[in-house]
Amino acid sequence: MQLELATKNGDRQADNNTAHSPLAIRGLTVSYGQKPAVFSVDATFEPGAMTAIIGPNGAGKSTLLKAALGIIKPLSGRVTSYGQPLAKQRHRIAYVPQRASVDWDFPTRVLDVVLMGLYRQLGLLKRVRPLHIEAAISCLARVGMEGFANRQIGQLSGGQQQRVFLARALAQTADLYLLDEPFAGVDAATEKAIIAVLKELNAQGKTVVAVHHDLATVPDYFDRVFIINTTRVAEGTVEEAFTPAALQEAYGGRLATAQIAMTG
Amino acid sequence: MLWQALVLQLGYNATLVTIGSCLLGIAAGATGTFLFLGKRALVSDAISHSTLPGVGLAFMVMVALGGDGRALPGLLLGSAISAGIGLLFVSWITRHTRLAEDAAIGAVLSVFFGFGIVLLTVIQTMSSGRQAGLESFLLGSTAGMLWNDALVISIGGALVLALTLILRRPMSLVAFDREFAAGAGMNVPRIELAMMGLALAITVVGLKIVGLILIVALLIIPAVAARFWSNRVGHVVLIAGAFGGLSGYAGAAISATAPALPTGPIIVLIAFALFTISLLAAPGRGILAVILRHFRFQRRVHIRQGLLALATGQPIYERLTLRLMRRAGFVRRDGVATDTGRAQAAKALLDERRWQILRSNARHEAAAARYDGLTPLESVLTEDQLAELDSSLSPKVVI
Repeated sequence: MQLELATKNGDRQADNNTAHSPLAIRGLTVSYGQKPAVFSVDATFEPGAMTAIIGPNGAGKSTLLKAALGIIKPLSGRVTSYGQPLAKQRHRIAYVPQRASVDWDFPTRVLDVVLMGLYRQLGLLKRVRPLHIEAAISCLARVGMEGFANRQIGQLSGGQQQRVFLARALAQTADLYLLDEPFAGVDAATEKAIIAVLKELNAQGKTVVAVHHDLATVPDYFDRVFIINTTRVAEGTVEEAFTPAALQEAYGGRLATAQIAMTG
Repeated sequence: MLWQALVLQLGYNATLVTIGSCLLGIAAGATGTFLFLGKRALVSDAISHSTLPGVGLAFMVMVALGGDGRALPGLLLGSAISAGIGLLFVSWITRHTRLAEDAAIGAVLSVFFGFGIVLLTVIQTMSSGRQAGLESFLLGSTAGMLWNDALVISIGGALVLALTLILRRPMSLVAFDREFAAGAGMNVPRIELAMMGLALAITVVGLKIVGLILIVALLIIPAVAARFWSNRVGHVVLIAGAFGGLSGYAGAAISATAPALPTGPIIVLIAFALFTISLLAAPGRGILAVILRHFRFQRRVHIRQGLLALATGQPIYERLTLRLMRRAGFVRRDGVATDTGRAQAAKALLDERRWQILRSNARHEAAAARYDGLTPLESVLTEDQLAELDSSLSPKVVI
């Protein structure tokens, strides 16, 4: 039964690509209590692509990302990165969690948050040197926040907080960037700044995967989509997979027909 | 006598105890900061109350083995083991049942403490061993402390402090953003376990001086007080260490002046005094600073509103506005505007009009986000941008 489902949901010919994929997920199931939030999902994210993970509320978009990274323990499933177990490739992966997941009254400055992206280099005992600070400031400059380095993080607006999180991920100098709802609740200027940075990363050959909720901007921002509603609904380029039929299947009655017409 | 105690002139033992207590305070303040920032402060209460059965059982075992049951290392080992078991219960209950952590803490804390009290009562009836003094583990006492005891406490405190400083980066990252830490490959449960382990070590080391009931105060109060003074983790840790060290030092010294003075409560009272000062007087986050900032802000709002009313020829009804305007020299006693008042009013109105244009133009979105009704536009835009903006002002306003 399990095998049958995996095959139905799976993507056999994609297994050849698994070796090159920055993030390949096989048969991933995550459950809170008895109800699976993500069920037997296969996903192969293309190297060098910008992929949006979309789906209705509660469809398991964020859960998929967190489980793939091992932040939540999955019930079953295998995750590889560039053909190796994910744990061996963590230095090539940067993760931007949801803004709401942290305490913004925490006593730390913007600069210190970005320096957290360098912890792998700094280890336990190494001192923070001017070269680290310069690296952090240049990451802040890429998101237009260099003027805020010494601010306490609680003084930032939502959009500014999101940019600081992105700067921290940039400091990790990764090949794969995973972002959880980077555009949720941010102002238009921030959205523009963030997408510009992501496109720049993409132009450098980096892989970008973002949980996204605004269907209208999908074709502008991304070149591939992964549609999920607990199980996988569709996966592919925007032209192939971002179809009214796939959206109807994922969102059911929850999606206004007008919106499908607009995006389709 | 008090002065002598504070400058360490009350003899060798008292001096050593005071220094040990100071080291313990520094370590407790620094370690407690991470508990406080990680919102796990109450766990330390469960840890400390869970030590009591261990103290009782260790005493019994040592007596059964033929000793007098008073050896401090033995008692501390016993308390560490039972506190560790209490800690395991709390995390097990939280993880495997639907009970929240606070309920688990309450349950473990009271059961272990109750069991410990029963054991102490049993010990009172035992004929062998020297049971007198075991109650001092409840509230702490430096009276009759031996050189060896003080040495154990000093070394223990110094070790915990060193470990806390080594683990400061992972611990503050986990306290701030667990998901990012986990995503970066840190073993979050293990780091949290280390944090709890350090709190446990502080509790055990501090049992003799501060006592198990109040040790939680030495872990938490310095951190809470230090938070008022700084917005950076590193500084908060340092300040909390200093507050803790000061409390430990002064508390032990004062309690050494009289045999009946319990050490724990005095240390806690001193820590509380430091907290009160921080709460009131700290710049930025202290209550006085917050009140002052509020009044300043209120004054700016009232004056701005008053000036705009003047410029548009509307009457000012609010008493506070009138009073502030009068005090600033913008209106006379009879409510008529002065020359300065009229000039300032025209300037305020121009500023407001400029803002209106700016905010209605999507091109200036980033600048428009800084509108708060108070910031002068000149401080946001350059001269050229202002001139460009003014070209669309109509009718032309000239100052």
